[in-house]
Amino acid sequence: MSITYLEAIREAQARLLRDDERVFIYGQDVGGTFGGAFKATKGLAKEFPNRVLNTPISEDAIVGTAIGAAIKGMRPIVEMQFADFSSTALNQILNHAGTHYWRTNIPVPITIRLPSGGTKGSGPFHSQSMESIYAHYPGLIVMTPATVEDAYTMLIDAVAIDDPVVYCEHKYLYYHLKADKLPDKGLPTGRARIAREGRDLTIVTYSAMVQESLAVAGELARENLEIEVVDLRTVKPLDTDTVLASVARTGRLLCVGESFPWGGATAEVIARVTSEGFHLLDAAPVRINAKDTPIPYHPNLWSAHRPGAKMIAAKARALLKE
Amino acid sequence: MLQTAQRGKKTSANKAAPHERFLEAFRWMLLARTLEEKLVSLYRGGQITGGVYIGKGQEAVSVACGMFLQKGDIFAPLIRDQAGRSAFGEPIVDVARTYLGSRQGPMRGRDGNIHRGKPGDDQLAMISHLGAMVSVTVGALLAKRFRGEKNFVGLSCIGEGGMQTGSFHEGMNIAAVEQVPLVIVATNNHYAYSTPNDREFACADLVDRAKGYGFEGYSIDGTDLSMCLDVIGSAVKRARAGRPPQLVVASVLRLSGHGEHDDASYVTDEMKRQPFAQDCLKLTEKKVVDLEMADAATLKSWREDAARQVDEAIATAQKEAAPDAEKEDWCAISTRELVDRPE
Ligand SMILES: Cc1ncc(C[n+]2csc(CCOP(=O)(O)OP(=O)(O)O)c2C)c(N)n1
Ligand SMILES: [Mg+2]
Repeated sequence: MSITYLEAIREAQARLLRDDERVFIYGQDVGGTFGGAFKATKGLAKEFPNRVLNTPISEDAIVGTAIGAAIKGMRPIVEMQFADFSSTALNQILNHAGTHYWRTNIPVPITIRLPSGGTKGSGPFHSQSMESIYAHYPGLIVMTPATVEDAYTMLIDAVAIDDPVVYCEHKYLYYHLKADKLPDKGLPTGRARIAREGRDLTIVTYSAMVQESLAVAGELARENLEIEVVDLRTVKPLDTDTVLASVARTGRLLCVGESFPWGGATAEVIARVTSEGFHLLDAAPVRINAKDTPIPYHPNLWSAHRPGAKMIAAKARALLKE
Repeated sequence: MLQTAQRGKKTSANKAAPHERFLEAFRWMLLARTLEEKLVSLYRGGQITGGVYIGKGQEAVSVACGMFLQKGDIFAPLIRDQAGRSAFGEPIVDVARTYLGSRQGPMRGRDGNIHRGKPGDDQLAMISHLGAMVSVTVGALLAKRFRGEKNFVGLSCIGEGGMQTGSFHEGMNIAAVEQVPLVIVATNNHYAYSTPNDREFACADLVDRAKGYGFEGYSIDGTDLSMCLDVIGSAVKRARAGRPPQLVVASVLRLSGHGEHDDASYVTDEMKRQPFAQDCLKLTEKKVVDLEMADAATLKSWREDAARQVDEAIATAQKEAAPDAEKEDWCAISTRELVDRPE
């Protein structure tokens, strides 16, 4: 059997709907025979017609409705058609879901699925990675699964968690990643994973950039350079301990993220390592992000805008010479 | 040959005799259909990256949106408005260049497909986020008022799906508060992607909302070109004359997938049998023939003219260079000395 990242997301939702009557899926085009713009809910409405519901194009109200239902005992999963459109629900996500527990002592167990990241030809409004915005605000957990196994178990964990979870699933991985079978359980939420061991340099990354970084590690291994790849899994909470332990072994840090360069998860990792582990570093840490422009439509521009294996390899080599 | 519309320079549709206006509209519709059929075939042949979104079945409504606008008017078309964009004055080579990613197109390969416009020529460049263009159109009209301009209108298009966004609601309200000369043309094509009307809204008729916003509202059969021209034309005239903002709700069926990647298998047979499911282009052509507005030879020459224009536009765009990452300035602001260089 071979299962894709996308199928893992669908399977997780199927299991959640079966196991827990409080779970319902709410979003544009998720229901009927259609099953979502990416088919992440295909077939689910047939089995659970009353719990897989199409919504109007009203992101703010979709999240608001989910918050209300969660406060009163349900476990909603919201599908945004694209991560980019969650911007029109920012108010409910940041100001309502994010503040609710702190203000009232009542947690808001919603899961918001964001089909994230760039694919060729998708342009400025269907390609964004928004994890850093959500991580910046208090009150939210932000997941960025990079493997089929994590896509599955982390979504199940997300729904079990009593707090709002922004679950960033990467569209590029939907069909590209495959696994033989799905595990029952993964690492605990908030724990990073050593995706590959090495002793010369640490790459800290997450989501689709884990695959790019692993490819680079494989390539550099042929030159006897040993790269350790840390997959953050959740950018919030950020597993500083695992990152510091890795940098303690290697002395060199490269952070790779796909979102815009100002601030963000990569900057946060470097800020923590330099303030808490300055003595561990043999060279100034380096980070790689997308460029500071909207995400271009044309493949020629898109592939230069997005960090890729080539750029990661070049920066890694340069950092190893420092 | 049917030229790109020159707003303000020719007899505008506002003054033309009804049958001339009708024939002009028909030819823009034909051009739009011909162009979009070509785009679909390029897409199927793997020559277009990203999506292709067409306005098949919506040309009559769309063309009427473009035809009554004059120089100085603001147009905010959406995804299914090829006919209206052409009638408004967008050269079809702009379409070809945007879909094919030519560096010479209005979007220079930075954005693609229907996400295009020339704000300098009063055609706003839509973002994907539905509903967002309404308030922006209002703002463009406010600016004109501030600057002392007279006799202008704005027309902003929307689908029934986009009407359910908060953004749309706020835009409508602010338009009425500001009493700007705005026409909203809402096309209910009975689906938002795969979602049918009953999961989009629950009011008896979307036009009933006009009153609540302080708009004047009208319903039309979007397959009937004469009605589209009459009602949308009158709405533009009323807005221009200082009446409150105008809402026109047209009923059609989307005669394609949401995009060309979508087989639309969720569209029911019952839906396809509805009167609004008819192809407006076929109905229009039938009327042209039945009323002997043009003979067979003329019709044939129009069709050939459309095909030739489309072929030329595509051939031009295909010859042009794609954008080059090395030559890009990667600069998202115009104040270049203030660009933040993170590396
Ligand atoms: C705020 C927002 N949410 C989601 C989308 C994704 N989306 C693009 S088109 C579309 C359906 C639009 O339906 P409608 O407004 O009826 O226009 P139609 O496609 O039928 O012409 C959706 C959901 C979007 N563009 N904007
Ligand atoms: Mg629609």
